[in-house]
Amino acid sequence: MNAGAYLHCFLGVSGREWRRFVQQRTRFFSALVRPLLWLVVFAAGFRAVLGISIMAPYGTYIVYEVYITPGLCCMILLFNGMQGSLSMVYDREMGSMKVLLMSPLSRPFLLLCKVLAISLVSVVQVYAFLAIAWWYGIRPPALGLVTALPALLLVALMLSTLGLVLANAIRQLENFAGVMNFVIFPLFFLSSALYPLWKMQEAGPWLYWLSAYNPFTHGVELVRFALYGQLAVGPLLWCLGLTGLFGLVAAATFNLQRGQGL
Amino acid sequence: MLEVAAVSHCYGAHTALERVDVSLARGGFHALLGPNGAGKSTLIALVTGLLRGQDGEIRVADHPVSRRARAARRHLGVVFQQPTLDLDLSVRQNLLYHASLHGLGRRQARECCDRELARQHLEARADDKVRLLNGGHRRRLEIARALLHEPALLILDEASVGLDTASRQALNEHVRTLCRERGMTVLWTTHLLDEIAPADHVVVLCAGRVIADSQAQALCSHTGTQTLQDAFHRLTTTSGDTVMEGAS
Repeated sequence: MNAGAYLHCFLGVSGREWRRFVQQRTRFFSALVRPLLWLVVFAAGFRAVLGISIMAPYGTYIVYEVYITPGLCCMILLFNGMQGSLSMVYDREMGSMKVLLMSPLSRPFLLLCKVLAISLVSVVQVYAFLAIAWWYGIRPPALGLVTALPALLLVALMLSTLGLVLANAIRQLENFAGVMNFVIFPLFFLSSALYPLWKMQEAGPWLYWLSAYNPFTHGVELVRFALYGQLAVGPLLWCLGLTGLFGLVAAATFNLQRGQGL
Repeated sequence: MLEVAAVSHCYGAHTALERVDVSLARGGFHALLGPNGAGKSTLIALVTGLLRGQDGEIRVADHPVSRRARAARRHLGVVFQQPTLDLDLSVRQNLLYHASLHGLGRRQARECCDRELARQHLEARADDKVRLLNGGHRRRLEIARALLHEPALLILDEASVGLDTASRQALNEHVRTLCRERGMTVLWTTHLLDEIAPADHVVVLCAGRVIADSQAQALCSHTGTQTLQDAFHRLTTTSGDTVMEGAS
């Protein structure tokens, strides 16, 4: 198989993921409504309670809505990554995963295609959210919208590969609700998405340490700095390392037999 | 075309296949029969590489599945028992997706799609969502998809399940036409024995072992029965240690 075959395969898998996304309009709508509710309702209420002092990468005092915007971008990536893993479990149970695995191309590559396709769809949703946030008055530097792209893609990959690891561990579709409670919410709330880490330190050292080592925190910080044209080296290395680790675990634990009733 | 040699497979303590040998000559219609739990699906999962082999060797078009799985998959087309079409995509989109998984370029993929849609008489439905197709047409589409990359061996795992009598007959006749006109090798698994012709090569699995491997009519004469149904019943209820082999 030549490089062209791999490219055609990637385009085919991404095209399918995109078409499925476009056809499920409610999915797109809910993916946007969730962070917008946080931005418009939650952040407006918390603005008075939570003052944010001058901190990197912001050069001045900022309103709370500005602070949580990168976290809400990552929230979209998180929910989509998990939605992607749900679709993998669904595909496995419904049998359509077999079609993918009958491809003569290498299976790690097929998984990579799937994860990359899910990530690209997530990133498109983030930009739709940023466009509405811009209209609402949250305006990062225009260049930041460009520099944020690779950061968003890397974080999307990290969360999608994490979703794939979970998909491999989940035996049945019904167990997915547990993922919401035990993965999505702790990842989101124990991070710097809603409040800076120093605020967490005031609340208690264990909360701070849990948040500091949370992969989602590193994703949020990478996006936060990238959105203002700056590179956060520490979070970048964390995200690169974790994406590689999750990817390896996902490839190693991928087992079609589970739940197939072969 | 397909060589299965001394293949055994266990799920924990349960032995699903025990030293199974099957050989399919190039071209023609071959049937794999067996009661529920005989090991047919396990054998197909091993041939297609969806299950990792434990013991024995399987070769598809001379490619060992254990060592050259990707080369083997290139020669395989499969219609699974469980429907595997994307219902929300159109007929053509389903085919193009499959073509991309086989690395076919856009132009080649479109040509292959048009060719298979014409062969399956589905051109008029090309832009319809799969959800709108009836069961018979969906199966035809799955066959079109399985043939898109021109495999040498087509496996149909209980593909006629859920179809009405007319659709079943049409599907069976259609696959036989493919064998005649394209020299394709077909492995057809079923519980419906009226789908098997007297001259077909038949392999019968029972409790994970091959208990018969011969022409359907030879099976009847060997068991002293009039119909394949009776022969199958006699073989599977009194299989014991007897193994029947004949011309394949």
